Amino acid sequence: MPLSHAGKAVFYMKKQGGNSLIQVEHLSKAFSRGSDTLQVLQQISLSAAPGELIAIIGPSGCGKSTLFNILAGLSSPDAGSISLNSKKVSHLRGRMAYMQQKDLLLPWRNTLDNAILGMEIQGEQKQLAREQARDLLKTFGLEGFGDHYPQELSGGMRQRVALMRTFLCKKDILLLDEPFAALDAITRSIMQKWLLKVWAQFGPSILLVTHDVDEALILADRIYVMTSRPASIKGSLQLELQRPRKVTEPDMVNYKEYLLGLLEEELTVSEP
Amino acid sequence: MKTRLVNTALPVALLGILGLLWEASVHFFEIPSYILPGPWEIVKVMWQRLDLFAAHGVVTLIEIGLGLWVALVVGLCLAVLIHASRIIERSFLPLIISSQTIPVFAIAPLLILWFGYGIGSKVVMTAIIVFFPIVINTVEGLKAADPDTLALLHILEASPRQVFFKVRVPQSLPFVFSGIKIGVAVSVIGAVIGEWVGAREGLGYLMIHANAQLQVELVFASIFWLSILGMGLYGLVVVVERLLVPWRRGGSSK
Repeated sequence: MPLSHAGKAVFYMKKQGGNSLIQVEHLSKAFSRGSDTLQVLQQISLSAAPGELIAIIGPSGCGKSTLFNILAGLSSPDAGSISLNSKKVSHLRGRMAYMQQKDLLLPWRNTLDNAILGMEIQGEQKQLAREQARDLLKTFGLEGFGDHYPQELSGGMRQRVALMRTFLCKKDILLLDEPFAALDAITRSIMQKWLLKVWAQFGPSILLVTHDVDEALILADRIYVMTSRPASIKGSLQLELQRPRKVTEPDMVNYKEYLLGLLEEELTVSEP
Repeated sequence: MKTRLVNTALPVALLGILGLLWEASVHFFEIPSYILPGPWEIVKVMWQRLDLFAAHGVVTLIEIGLGLWVALVVGLCLAVLIHASRIIERSFLPLIISSQTIPVFAIAPLLILWFGYGIGSKVVMTAIIVFFPIVINTVEGLKAADPDTLALLHILEASPRQVFFKVRVPQSLPFVFSGIKIGVAVSVIGAVIGEWVGAREGLGYLMIHANAQLQVELVFASIFWLSILGMGLYGLVVVVERLLVPWRRGGSSK
């Protein structure tokens, strides 16, 4: 462990205790195709405190999205449990908002109307919802683009509209599934700053799936590393560093080396 | 803007060249006008007998217009039902598709028998031809919703009604308009066949009548007016589409 610096890093092999908002325990999931069974998740356990930003990194194709689909209630686990405020639940739907790599903006809705989709579905009055969204345009860097259609916006802007829609669902849990993966490096780094800004302002718990170690290091309070398929938690890393962070800081460089080491082990294991 | 100008200019230029060739051949080969009149003569008739064409054209236009409306209402309702129920889809869709193998010409006399000599039979005939592309395209459009978008709505806990109106309906609009455009293009056929088989007015009736009297320039003038009518309706649909589907103009969406 190269981690003896001021920023404390702890390597947990077990789940954390404490006041967790979400507690996922021993989640397993297999898919069967014909006679083949593909174990995707094996005994995944993780937790998130209120207002915590959790990043989950792992080799690509390791089943991160399957985990999110289970949390979102789009598919059900074979075993294991999800708890919300220490109460067992079957999924987090209704309490969470979800954002993917694809912005999923509706092409027939302008920025404002895309942003209020969640509120509208929850039954809020359209006009009131629009007013709230209009006040937030500036926060999300979309001032003056309220009545633009998605196809008139750049990739970064579209992703910010999606981010705004996610935040405007007003849930205390956000699942972000590689939200910035499709963006170029500069836009991605700007978007990460946006995320931190609006996260600080609204204070939800965030579960962020990413395959970008830098992104996880810049954003997260805690990082979980997943193994390759069947995915389980290989370890987690607590980051108590001031934000904004720079990947060139010595602590960050060490953390990165450490995380990359864990990930590389996974890659060599999975290769024949 | 420049490409648009070229796109308009090219077919117009081709039309002009074909017209000139036609005009020249008629004079060169000394073709009598009761066999093939020159385009200039036809255009003259189109203009000189404007009142005649207007009177008959209005009738045909009303037949086509009503036929389109009936087809649209019946087509959209059927498409929604087909989308809503697999039983309806499985029982109706094969019949709808096989019904298209029956030429409208074959049942035209029956339709005249049932719906009369007047406008009714022509409206029905037009509707029968037009509703098919509308149904098929609308069903496709309602099915076309992006699965990821549907998953998003599911996570947001949208009701089936909300999914239908907020995603499926707007998503299907471009498809519906494709169906209407195909329908409009063939709608003239329905009305004209109806008028051929039995009518007292309309451009189709005028054609048959003029043909019997060897007034070939009148036949051609009717054909040209019918074509203009069809193109005008098509243009109208394009304009309505631009108003109702404005997001399609801004280029493709990913």
